[in-house]
Amino acid sequence: MTEDGSGAVPAGEKTPRIELHGVCYAYRTGSGRLPVLDGLTFACATGSFTAVVGPSGCGKSTLTRLIAGLMLPDRGEVRLHGEPVRSPRATVGMAFQNPVLLEWRTILANVLLPLEIVPNRLTREERRNRARELLALVGLAAFEDRRPSELSGGMRQRASLCRALVTRPEVLILDEPFGALDAFTREDLWQTMHALRREERFTCLLITHDLRESVFLADRVVVLSDRPATVQVTMEVPLGDERELDDLYGTEASELQAELRQQIRIAQQARQPEPAA
Amino acid sequence: MKRQVLVPAAALVLFALAWEFLVWVNDWPDYKMASPSDLGPAFWKFRGLFLEHGWETLWRTVAGLLLSVAAGLVLGMVMGLSRVMREALYPLLVGFNAIPKATVVPVIALIFVGAHDMNTVLIAFLISFFPIAVSISIGLSTLEPEYRDILRSLGASRFTIFWKIALPKTLPEFFGALKVAVTLAFIGTNLMEIVEPHGRGLGYLFDSGKISADYPLMFAVLIALALLGIFLFYCVVVLEKIFAGWAERSET
Repeated sequence: MTEDGSGAVPAGEKTPRIELHGVCYAYRTGSGRLPVLDGLTFACATGSFTAVVGPSGCGKSTLTRLIAGLMLPDRGEVRLHGEPVRSPRATVGMAFQNPVLLEWRTILANVLLPLEIVPNRLTREERRNRARELLALVGLAAFEDRRPSELSGGMRQRASLCRALVTRPEVLILDEPFGALDAFTREDLWQTMHALRREERFTCLLITHDLRESVFLADRVVVLSDRPATVQVTMEVPLGDERELDDLYGTEASELQAELRQQIRIAQQARQPEPAA
Repeated sequence: MKRQVLVPAAALVLFALAWEFLVWVNDWPDYKMASPSDLGPAFWKFRGLFLEHGWETLWRTVAGLLLSVAAGLVLGMVMGLSRVMREALYPLLVGFNAIPKATVVPVIALIFVGAHDMNTVLIAFLISFFPIAVSISIGLSTLEPEYRDILRSLGASRFTIFWKIALPKTLPEFFGALKVAVTLAFIGTNLMEIVEPHGRGLGYLFDSGKISADYPLMFAVLIALALLGIFLFYCVVVLEKIFAGWAERSET
């Protein structure tokens, strides 16, 4: 699949921020190869918010690691702003279900961590201001000197989002970041995501298994088929930029969720029945 | 703060009283069992020797411990970061650790005849590096992959990941192991001091007490060893508070 112009495309305004071209990946296990992605092709426009949903174990997390350059595809290509990804790059921020904050650092120092890694010309004070600006945006201004163990799960996840964004990455990859939170905290975090998106410029790819979440946050939802995954269907979300939780219960959003659920069901049914134990 | 001092002090006094009472009620002579009231005179009589040999024991133990920390760190890092090395070294280490060190003492003493300082430090090291190596290797090999990914996705090198995340994350386990190692190192030092002829240190003092049947002196040496052990142990506790205090959950 690499023959369709491997990386020679000049990056312009129209170049999608994230592109996947026929991406294939298989894990090598003791009992042979386990293909998880099979010719995955889709693109995310600059500034867009794409949610990826699919049956459990269909390779969604593998997808995030490929885009981040932590793994390379067996075949096909991942491009960020027209350039093929061959190794990790500093223009990508990541957040996982586990907030993985460093317990020995304060919240502020945790958020500052990426700026210690990524080369930048900011002074110490500028870095701190940048981190504080984000912490204020997610409502953690009063907690910058606390340790992660003193914070609730939702607050830790907010700090994790700040850390992912502190370097002003072009791409934000979220791998089920709200999956371990209770329902109300999760809804609060959704609102926070909208607030962040209004203030910060990033192209977001959200991996989730929560269909309401995908509809509330994303511009577009990509449904993956069962393993080995391909794009089963892509759906636009018919809600505007300003969204309220109540919108989720409107006709359009409800229909979209029903349609997504139907698509997931189709993906699950395609699965080979497990051999009887 | 008051309670933290008063409770252990009261326990100590009660222990000494019970000991004294036991000796008095059984009417044991001091060559059978010394009582706490014998210890004061013994300490005073040999005060110069106690200071001199106590210092010998202390510095040799600390030197052995420092070697343990250095070797344990290197071994632990090698085993924690490489699966192959872990599989290769683990059985060797476990086998070595299973050998009772009392049997190693005469061997070492024979190999390096007369090198008292080196022999003593070597045994203190050999007996105490194992828990440190194991704790570091386990700490490093159980690092959740997400921690690595957070830094690796930003282009951090293996060394940066080790320095910023893996090492600090392992510190609580390291200090736990160091507390065990302190006690072990003391055993090592004293074994060598007792066994070696013309030795030095508290072990030697204990041995001369035995030869001259000075039981109060022998008991006084045991108490001195306990005091040194407590002292070193709390040094480690202080270091732990400074470097890994974050791992302590506040009681709320």
